[in-house]
This record gives sequence, C-alpha cells and structure tokens, in this order.
Amino acid sequence: MTEFLAYAVERYTYWAYVALMLIGFYAMIAHGNLLKKLIGMNIFQTAIILFFLSISAKRGATLPIIPPEAAELVVAPPHFMNPLPHALMLTAIVVMVGTLGVALAVLIKIHRTYRTFEEDVILRQM
Amino acid sequence: MLLDHLPALLAVVPLVAALALPLAGAVRPRLVYPLAVGAGAVTAVLSLLTLERVLTRGVMRYHVGGWPPPWGIELVVDHLSAFVAVTVSGLAALALLYAGPAVRSGTAGSPAPFFGLSLLYLASLMGIVVAGDLFNLFVFLEVASIASYALVASGGGRALMAAFRYILLGTVGASFYLLGVGHLYLLTGTLNMADLSQRLPELAASRVLLVAVGFLVIGLGIKMALVPLHGWLPDAYTYAPPAVTALIAPVTTKVAAYALARVLFSVLGAPAALAGIPLMSVLAWAGGAAILVGGVLAIRQNDLRRLLAYSSVSQVGYIALGIGLANRPALAGAYLHILNHAMMKGCLFFAAGAVAARLGGSALTDLRLMHRRMPVTTACMVVAALSMIGIPPAGGFFSKWYLLVGALEAGHTLLAGVIVGGGLLAAVYMFKVLEHACLARPDEAGPRRC
Amino acid sequence: MIREHDSVIVTTLVRMLVPPIQLFALYVVAHGHGSPGGGFQGGVILAAAYILIGLALGREELERRVREGRLLILGAVGVLIFALTGVLGLVLGGNLLDYGVLSIVGVRGSAARALGIFVIEIGVALGVAGALTLIFCRLAKTGEEAL
Repeated sequence: MTEFLAYAVERYTYWAYVALMLIGFYAMIAHGNLLKKLIGMNIFQTAIILFFLSISAKRGATLPIIPPEAAELVVAPPHFMNPLPHALMLTAIVVMVGTLGVALAVLIKIHRTYRTFEEDVILRQM
Repeated sequence: MLLDHLPALLAVVPLVAALALPLAGAVRPRLVYPLAVGAGAVTAVLSLLTLERVLTRGVMRYHVGGWPPPWGIELVVDHLSAFVAVTVSGLAALALLYAGPAVRSGTAGSPAPFFGLSLLYLASLMGIVVAGDLFNLFVFLEVASIASYALVASGGGRALMAAFRYILLGTVGASFYLLGVGHLYLLTGTLNMADLSQRLPELAASRVLLVAVGFLVIGLGIKMALVPLHGWLPDAYTYAPPAVTALIAPVTTKVAAYALARVLFSVLGAPAALAGIPLMSVLAWAGGAAILVGGVLAIRQNDLRRLLAYSSVSQVGYIALGIGLANRPALAGAYLHILNHAMMKGCLFFAAGAVAARLGGSALTDLRLMHRRMPVTTACMVVAALSMIGIPPAGGFFSKWYLLVGALEAGHTLLAGVIVGGGLLAAVYMFKVLEHACLARPDEAGPRRC
Repeated sequence: MIREHDSVIVTTLVRMLVPPIQLFALYVVAHGHGSPGGGFQGGVILAAAYILIGLALGREELERRVREGRLLILGAVGVLIFALTGVLGLVLGGNLLDYGVLSIVGVRGSAARALGIFVIEIGVALGVAGALTLIFCRLAKTGEEAL
C-alpha cells in the first residue's frame, strides 16, 4: 500500500492531467448549455496537450538550441529537453483552434435559429 | 519521375485544388464545378496508377522532405492502402460530379465553400490512407473531420444540432486517438509505424501499452461508428444535405476502419490478447453486435436516409467483425467489404438524394410510383439492395462469404450465425424500401405530391 | 454590431498599440527557428491586432481596413505559398517539402533548408491571420443577415 502511495505521489503531474480531462468530460456530459459543452471539450483537449508536453520535460535539462559558438562541440541528447512533443502539440493546438472555429460557427447558427443555447429547449423546439 | 512521387501527389493534388478554388471562385465562379470535378478525377487516376505500381513493384515508401525515417515523415503505400485509395477517390470523384445540380439549385450552400471543403476532405482522406506514422494520421483524421463537420452543418435547421453532436463526439474520438499515440510515444520514443512495429514486441507486457491500445481502439471506434460508439452517425447522415451525405457516407467510416486495421496489424502485430484482455475477440463481438443492432434499428425507420444511416452502422459491423477475427478469409472479406459497402451505400445515397430532389422528400412514403417516374434509379436501387442482402452475383455476396468462411474457420459458429442473420435483417429493410418504391399501386391513397 | 468604445483612452491606446503589435507579429514569424515563435504564433498575433481594432474601434472601422472578401483570398494564398513551396521541392528533383534542392538564390545545403522553412512560415502566418480575422468578422455579424 505504501509503495502504491509513493508511486502515486511521485507521478503527481498525471493526476493533474487526469483531473483536467475529467473536468472537461464532465462539462461535456452534464451541462445542458451547448456553449458550456464546447468549453468542456476545449478543457479536455487542453489537458491532452499538457500531458504530451510533460513527456518532453526532464529534470535539469536545458533548451534544445545549440548556440553558434558551441556548434562544434559534442551534443549529449539527455541534457536537452525533447522538442518533438512541442512541435507535435503546436499542430494539435492548430487543429483544436480549427475545431473550435467550426463549432462556434455552428453555435452561432443554432442561436440564430432557435434563440437559445440550452439543449433541452432546442430539442423541444425541433 | 513523377510516378515516384505518387504517394505525396495523392494528397497534394486535391489539397492545392481546394486552396485554388476560392481564388478561382472570386475570379470566375463558373470555373468552380469543373475544377472540382477535374481534381477529383485526377486524384482517382493517380490512385489507379498507384495501385498499378504497388501491384507490380511492391510497397512504395516515400520520404517527405528527403529526411529518412524514423526522423522524417514517411508515407507508405502498400496493397491495402492503394486499394482503399482507389475506392475512396473513385467514390469521391463520383460524389463531386453528383453534387453539381444540388449546388446549382442551392440546397448545398454556395459552390466555392462546398467544393473547397469537399476537396479538402478528399485530400485529408488520401492523407490518412498514405500516412506512414501515427501523428500524421491524427492530423489528417482531424482535418477530414473538421471538413465533414462544416459540410454536415451546411444543411441548416436540424443539421445544426446533428453537426454539433458530431463535433463533440468526433473530437472526443480524435482526442482519445491522440492520447493513445502519446502513450505509445511515451513508451518507445518514436511515432513511425514501421519503427514502432519493431520496438513494441519486447515491450508487450507493459501496462502503458495496454492503456495506449485501449485509447487507440476506442478513439478509432468512435470515428468508425462502431456500436456502441455510433451515436453521431444517424443524425449526421440524415439531416446533412443529400450532396454532402453522398460524399461522406460511403467513405468516412471505411477510412477509419482502415486506420484501425493499420494500427492493429502494422503497428501492434495483431495481438490476440494484451495483458489478459482479449482485444480481437472484443472487436469481433462488437462487430457482431453492430450488425444486429444496426439492422434491427434500420427496420424501424420510416425515413429513407435514416434507414440507410442505420444500415451503415450495421455494415461497419461486418468490417469490424472481419478485423476482429483476423484470419485470412475474414480479413479478405472485411477489406472487400470496404469496397462493396462504399459502392452499395454510395449508390443508395445517390439514389436517395435524387429521390429527395425529384419526388420531394426522403420519407419512405415519398417513394410511391418511383418505379414509374424514375425507372433507372429504381433499377440501381434494386441492384444495390441485392448486394446489401448478399445475393450472388452482386458483390456483397462475396465479402459476406469470405466473412462466413473466416468465422467458421475460427470456430465461432455464433458469429457465423450473426453474419447470416445480418443478411436476413438487410433483406427485411431493403425489401421495405423496395416495397414502397416498386410495389405501391397508383390507386392507393398517397401523399398529394404526385 | 460592435460599436466604437466610449472611452477615449481605450480608442487612443488601441490606435497607438496596433502598429507595434503587428511589428511584433512579424518579429515572431521571422525568429521562429531560434526562439519561441514561428508561423502559427505570428499569424495569431497579427490576427489579434486586427481583432483589437474590431473590438475597440468598432466593426465599421475594421471593415474599412480589411475587406472581408479579401481575407478568404489572403488565407488561401498563404496556404498556397506553403503547398507550392513543397511542390517546388518536388518539381526541382527532391521529394515533397524538400527544401534542400531549392538553390534559387545561390544558397546551398542547410541555408537553403532554412530559407525554405522561412518562406513556409510566412505562408502559414498569412493563412492563419486571414482565417482567424475572417472568423472574427463573421462571428461579429450577429444581428445582421448573411452568415
């Protein structure tokens, strides 16, 4: 039991990501307001992005840029942060923004058609 | 040689055409439709050339940017990819051609956005098919999804809520897929499919791999509309404009099923069980459930397009069943079903759109006297219905036959019964459609639209 | 309909701030390879400048500065710059998106790759700025027709 506690406390960042993901998921499921569902979706995606970024962080590592004066020296990869997850997550953020744009456009049209954002009112009107 | 660059050209040609369309639309609006159809046709021809090349010379590997894998992005076209590419681009080209009258009459929105989104959708589907690493597949999957969200929402009215639900569920699916990819990266440090397939066998006992596979399968299952993750499909296919459903219905779920097969077989090496969880069995039984649930729900529908949407849910179950059984005949049946279902559903949704335009609606009662007023369309529907039920020599028989042989070979007689049962259910709902179309007598009371 | 802000402090400050914001956006685009930045980030900051004009000075002022029809073309041109640079690499003998073969200005090797990436980042910035400003213009039109 104590080793499980040590295991869990050591990986505290993952608990934060899980908590964020569940908050986003709860907002998507439990709220009836469409805009709140959308914000929940956004929180959920942001939690996934944070999880990916945690892969690249290392204790005591430095930025993955080689200054010009050190270009001839030997590069030891363990001392640099991993830049690949950051590049991947840039793409994921762009995708997130695209989805958010389309969803907001759909919401604007929904509001114009039904005059409300509440899901049960819309379903009754349909 | 231009033919060496075919894997890249498959995705780039429709993408450049999609970007050039707003510019062409601003200069001369009449160019938009021929440009779109031309781009679709060129992509279809390129995919045929790719298929020919793969059949004669083997797997094509393409290094984007000249960087060798695993550092660079790799595009891989093997036999399955080329086959799915031919299917998808052929159906998309036909759907683009089909959409012309609908766009001209204004039911599908204005031409430049509709065709631009459709070509973007085609480009990203081609990108999914040729992708050689997992993150590239995610990006193209999401671009295809965003294009289809916008296309579905262009219907207005009820399509807006259907599109919003599709957005929420589709994004959750893609996010789960991304989580799975993240766990695999955490475990091995690489995203290239070939590299992963070499590194994963010795890590097979890892719990991170179990989590990754769980997220990947569920994410792609949502995209594939596998029961019980199919909630977005019926509303989205029913309320979208007919031209849009004709484009996205034959191909969306098949490409996601292809992605699932690619991840399970090329990356994970078809694990029968991972840490005690029988993955492939779960997939096969989910497919079986999908066949029955989709079929039963389709029988209850009174709207033609909703019936066809639930039928799509049922047919995706066949593909999932084949992938889950994972022996040679079952996989041959599943992959052949990708082609068959694309063509059958494409034909049926094209016909449904034509019915909606000509006869005024898409309820089953609107199909009265169809065999007199639209005889060619009715004949095509009859052929597609025979194929869906699985009556030889229509194509659907062969894929179901292979699936049956595969199920019996694996010893699952219950799943073989489910396959036959699915054929019977398809007979019931297709005969329901054909009864309204062909057998209603003109003196019976019908809607006053005639 | 977003009207001009009532406070003169807000409108004056925005008029003073927007040119440095746009300059900073160009700086972020140009320095993406060595420090945090790049095409998408610079494009977002550029779009933010225009959105700030729209929020503080009213939608008519924004409409006077950027015609909405041009934004879609700007976005398409930006992404076309990206795609055509990649295809240019293909045409000149390498693979898609291979900038090493772009020996147009007389640079070779890794300098050619850096130049290619810079051109692509400009394309991405234009595309993103055009798209985001267009989204804002369309979303700000609530209460009027034409969405």
